[in-house]
Amino acid sequence: MYPEEYLYTKDHEWIHVQGDVGIVGITDYAQHELGDVVYVDLPEVGDSFEAAEPFGSVESVKAVSEVFSPISGEVLEVNAKLEDTPELVNESPHQKAWMIKIRISNSEELKEMLSAEEYQEYLQELSGA
Amino acid sequence: MNSVEIRKTPLNAIHRQAGGRMVEFAGWDMPVQYAGPMPEHLAVRNRAGIFDVSHMGEVEIKGPTAEETIQRVTCNDVRRLAIGQIQYSALITPKGTFVDDILVHRMGQNHFFLCVNASNQIKDYEWIRDHAAAGSDVVFRSDDFAQIAVQGPRTLDILEPLTEVKLAAIGYYWFAWGKFAGVEALITRTGYTGEDGFELYIHPDHAAAVWMRIMESGERAGIQPAGLAARNTLRLEAKMALYGNDIDDTTTVLEADLGWICKLDKGDFIGRDVLLKQRAEGVSRRLIGFEMVGRGIARDHYPIELDGQPCGHVTSGSPAPFLQKNIGLAYLPKDHCAVGTEFNVIVREKPVAARVVPTPFYKRAKTS
Repeated sequence: MYPEEYLYTKDHEWIHVQGDVGIVGITDYAQHELGDVVYVDLPEVGDSFEAAEPFGSVESVKAVSEVFSPISGEVLEVNAKLEDTPELVNESPHQKAWMIKIRISNSEELKEMLSAEEYQEYLQELSGA
Repeated sequence: MNSVEIRKTPLNAIHRQAGGRMVEFAGWDMPVQYAGPMPEHLAVRNRAGIFDVSHMGEVEIKGPTAEETIQRVTCNDVRRLAIGQIQYSALITPKGTFVDDILVHRMGQNHFFLCVNASNQIKDYEWIRDHAAAGSDVVFRSDDFAQIAVQGPRTLDILEPLTEVKLAAIGYYWFAWGKFAGVEALITRTGYTGEDGFELYIHPDHAAAVWMRIMESGERAGIQPAGLAARNTLRLEAKMALYGNDIDDTTTVLEADLGWICKLDKGDFIGRDVLLKQRAEGVSRRLIGFEMVGRGIARDHYPIELDGQPCGHVTSGSPAPFLQKNIGLAYLPKDHCAVGTEFNVIVREKPVAARVVPTPFYKRAKTS
């Protein structure tokens, strides 16, 4: 379910690091909590974000949820497919519904993030609470 | 009544068993969704949905002056209402604004039963009591009723096997008393979804059993429990006003585009003077329906700009699951209410184009 090679945040984003580029999306848990996604708002290529800063939002019928950048850096590419097919976030949150590719400006920030195992333990804590 | 304590309807355990996601609404612990707003909304448009609306309030008015009292506190003309008939109406302040929007059921010549909003029930009861004619008995009945709504094109098929009452013979906005699933029920052909359907007022002790019987009867038709989120998007597509969002004690009945429930020629009632003047002079703003033209979803309270100037806010805004558009309601200045008028909704600090459209956004095809 949660790819081993990704890192995760407690805000339910994932990042797949490939060299100095990170591919970012929201987790299966997050899409499930949101319900049917009807709209995804993404930044422009060239925008820069600090770690934990909102870079976009995902909307269901009922609610708007901000999506936070797991790390600091500049947006290199956005997933334009989500504009017309936001339902990909529900169908394929960890693969097809990647949201942005970002140039990692400070790789130290990655150390703060959770492994797949740690993230799933965190989810268990949430469901037990 | 304790205003701090969160109240539970008699169906609370059923909602939790059905996977309902519970939220606090108007002081009640209510299901906001079960399967999700999208599938629940579509189930109501295409098949049938069942809603717990036990949080709604009920007020009864009887006594020799009951009709006089209703005429005084509401803007619609209750003399047009036959026994067994229901009228959409409003309790009006001296400023012509809303105390609440309500349903008036005529039970007898001088006997009325009102269904009022959950959040307003105490205020409404006290308002009516304080403005009642001598000889009217105003009774708070909210604790005596649970309320279940069944809405959608399959509703008649689902409910008919559960009662001897000829449901098909009950006209839209009429009611009958009778046995339903073995218990005494007020059965009304009303709803808040834009679909055909019924609302059942029953004793709270019977609510769980009645709910289960309807679920069993509706299983083959695909009945779906539906929560507050779907109820909101359904009523918005049908352009039914929501007190607290689209109407309140700062908006008049005429501004809310509800002139059809405002019978200024019926004789005196509270707020009439202001409304007469407003009708003569014309309203300065009016509630309109709009559709997003640009990419973005209008949500409740998002700011509006007209010709670059701030111009109020979205009173209700949402994706419309059946229409597959992003729609909303807002008050615009009277000269900018024409269908086709463009303005901007500010979505996360960015202006996104919207356009005034005809309402209701959704109107069901009449089958009978």
